[in-house]
Amino acid sequence: MSEHRKISASELKQYKKRSLLSEVWRNYKKNPSAMIALFIVIAIVVIAIVSQFAFDYKADIVQQNVREKFIHPCAEHPFGTDNYGRDVLVRVLYGARYSLSVGVVAVAISCILGVTLGLIAGYYGGFIEDFILRFCEIFTGIPSILMGVALISAFGQSIIVLMMAIGLVYTPMYCRTTRAAVMPVRDEEYIEAARIAGVSDLKIMFSHVMPNALSPIIVQVTMGVASAILTASSLSFLGLGVPIPLPEWGAMLSEGREFMRDHMYLTIFPGLAIMITVLSFNLMGDGLRDALDPKLKE
Amino acid sequence: MAENLLEVRHLTKYFKTKRGMLHAVDDISFDLEKGKTLGLVGESGCGKSTTGRTILRLIEPTSGEILFEGRDVKKMSKRQLKEARKDMQLIFQDPYSSLDPRKTVNQIISEPIIANRILTNKDEIHERVAELMSIVGLAPRLFNTYPHELDGGRRQRIGIARALAMNPKFIVCDEPVSALDVSIQAQILNLLDELQEEMGLTYIFITHDLSVVNHFADEIAVMYLGKIVEKAPAEELFDHPLHPYTKALLSAIPIPDLSERKERIIIRGEITSPIEPPDECRFFKRCPHACEACRKTPQLEEAAPGHLVACARYKELEA
Amino acid sequence: MEKELILEIKDLVVRFETADGVVHAVNGLDLKIEKGRSIGLVGETGAGKTTTALSMLRLVPDPPGVVECEKLELSGRDVLSMSVSELEEVRGKDISMIFQDPMTALNPVFTVGEQIAESIQIHEKVSSQEAEKRAKEMLELVGIPGERAGEYPHQFSGGMKQRVVIAIALACHPKLLIADEPTTALDVTIQAQVLDLMRRLKEQYETSLIMITHDLGIVAEICDDVAVMYAGKIIEIGTLRDIFNKAKHPYTEGLFNSIPNIHDRKAKLTPIQGLMPDPTNLPEGCAFEPRCPYACEGCKKEQALLQISDTHFVRCSRYLEEGFHIERKEKE
Repeated sequence: MSEHRKISASELKQYKKRSLLSEVWRNYKKNPSAMIALFIVIAIVVIAIVSQFAFDYKADIVQQNVREKFIHPCAEHPFGTDNYGRDVLVRVLYGARYSLSVGVVAVAISCILGVTLGLIAGYYGGFIEDFILRFCEIFTGIPSILMGVALISAFGQSIIVLMMAIGLVYTPMYCRTTRAAVMPVRDEEYIEAARIAGVSDLKIMFSHVMPNALSPIIVQVTMGVASAILTASSLSFLGLGVPIPLPEWGAMLSEGREFMRDHMYLTIFPGLAIMITVLSFNLMGDGLRDALDPKLKE
Repeated sequence: MAENLLEVRHLTKYFKTKRGMLHAVDDISFDLEKGKTLGLVGESGCGKSTTGRTILRLIEPTSGEILFEGRDVKKMSKRQLKEARKDMQLIFQDPYSSLDPRKTVNQIISEPIIANRILTNKDEIHERVAELMSIVGLAPRLFNTYPHELDGGRRQRIGIARALAMNPKFIVCDEPVSALDVSIQAQILNLLDELQEEMGLTYIFITHDLSVVNHFADEIAVMYLGKIVEKAPAEELFDHPLHPYTKALLSAIPIPDLSERKERIIIRGEITSPIEPPDECRFFKRCPHACEACRKTPQLEEAAPGHLVACARYKELEA
Repeated sequence: MEKELILEIKDLVVRFETADGVVHAVNGLDLKIEKGRSIGLVGETGAGKTTTALSMLRLVPDPPGVVECEKLELSGRDVLSMSVSELEEVRGKDISMIFQDPMTALNPVFTVGEQIAESIQIHEKVSSQEAEKRAKEMLELVGIPGERAGEYPHQFSGGMKQRVVIAIALACHPKLLIADEPTTALDVTIQAQVLDLMRRLKEQYETSLIMITHDLGIVAEICDDVAVMYAGKIIEIGTLRDIFNKAKHPYTEGLFNSIPNIHDRKAKLTPIQGLMPDPTNLPEGCAFEPRCPYACEGCKKEQALLQISDTHFVRCSRYLEEGFHIERKEKE
């Protein structure tokens, strides 16, 4: 047993490290509906970016052209035109950036706040945990729409306020998901092992606890984008979200509602856009959960 | 005269529960000589794991002294403790939950080296990890694998390599083989044995399996509900058990040998609750020999040189 | 002399078809159990012990499990062709199983009495009063006072819960009891109680018993026969005396050498080298060949079960050679 052969660092280089990410991707690829969803999400992101350059905001999006109002879908206007004669297809395409950015930014806000609070609550437990949890409970007691309405009426109607309002509304959810994910990890023996190895608390939290609690959070994030888009649309539908001429999908739905009886397409297309986006994000979340979970069970 | 590496004096750990104080470890004392192995044996809930973790101060003791090389672990500051833990390590029972599933073998073994800044050069760290892997018998090709790709025996070897990373003097082995198959168990036990010989390690070996500890320990302490009820050199304990609980425990081991059919002592009765236990022998309710004299907590007394027992009636029972 | 056959299995094959490949869990297993006999199924993790037991009850999850079997008869009735309702009748009445973990085998929202009575009422037409009375009797039989029938599982200790599980399993006096590591979750002193109880009940009711375990000590306590499994095959089978005193297979020898000897404390353990083969990729011949100190060219071929004596069989082709023997000494 004492004939340990000295192994040089260069010799060790041949044993490549395989990242867990590639394994997750391998699992994810096996799920066809999640793959379709991923392509749709990528397409929407591409549309949101390209529409910035392809269309001129003034000329194509808000410019009124009353002579061409209420043209039903045809070759020239595949989605028809609205009550001001604006092309609905162009507006729907251009609107992708609002829905997406509201979704992503709102989730980022709630994620940063919620995950930090949840991590602290889950890792330290005791009094701090109680305090954070009670705070979350009070917050969840208020209906999310009501909360949004209150914040928007207090701070005025703008897309930034909308993002922050939605972000705040969803914070408790992230906080709880994170705490629930952290708690079982906290009691694992490898945390104890790290402590006895002399690793600091902060390092343990970020290099051991976080990575092992991450998968439910990632899933929550993808699903969260979907619900944030939905909430933004509902608020816009109520006239509280994005200010009027902006072609946010919820706002377009709300505008089209007046003419629903005769010009149904005005509500169908933005509605479909919301539906497809939300569905794609949800399916992607499902796929991610399946791809992340089996590894953890072992 | 061999020096004591570890001296534990009146170590006590109570946990607060809704129904009162749970006496997990109740006033235990022992010494451990350098290079020796103490077997800590008992059934689930007897406080043996708590004892091991309290000595390393992973759990704060309620009272008592833990002298490691003459210095009290209980009184150490955070920095002193970090320094001391280079010398005192822990090997865990469960080779599954004790390794972070998101880390590679290399990352796991190098963690203590990096955290304590023993080495800072990346290549040196890698070489040290490879050396440790070779010491515990892991092939270098496993350098960048993840624990879930390996079987229980190899995972346990990773845990041992991690514990050895800082050249400790003392290791608490908390049931290191009970989660493993018999053929793998023997491999790990042999490894621990060889390591002790080569590096002069001192072990506390916590287990519920008397046959394992017999093979391994120089001295054995039997615990029951937070108390040491008997402590003796391994051979002495197996040949002349004095405490009724030790006797029952020894007779309960199923022996894989047909020539040794033996009389079995089946103990019955309720286990005394560890929450606010009354002042009587902890084994009172299950002991076949319990009498009025046992209504007072017995103290450890020396029955033979080096053989301590906490039983009010051991002398009569011997006779 | 032939006693009534309770269970007969011929050429049982179980594999799990997973995304990462086909796991060959059981590969051609033959087993016969007579009335009142008890057999120990010994082997390490992944040897296919539990899968074998589950396929006797047709409980192997499908998919991914695929069970193929030439013959699987329970006291003369073909289990393979049974309908779901027939199976439900057989499970619990003719064949019962005790699982490893008593903590999860009981339903926390029913009293233990109700749970025993339930299994009686499923299989026998008795009134609920009668079932309750029998439940109490069963509890007393396993050494728990009958009055405790009205208590919930969490009010019992681990050993007592396992005794309740045994009471449920035995409530309808099954012909065959399968115990899958029934004492691994228990402390040694409690284990001694449970084993003692099982031995008494087995004698009282002439129940046949399959004891699945990795602990040869337990086998020595309670079994008449022993079958040693490795990589989904029985590699050695015989009476307790055959296996413990005259072990033939190198793997059986390795198992015995791995166990710490309680009397010879400084004896060095001689573990089996290497690891269990990957069940998705088993070697062609003897599965133990890569780890076997006695391996030779002939071991790379499929191994047949050789008869050594009336009761003793071993799957090792080296016994075809004159004078081959393993190092472990025979005892008498």
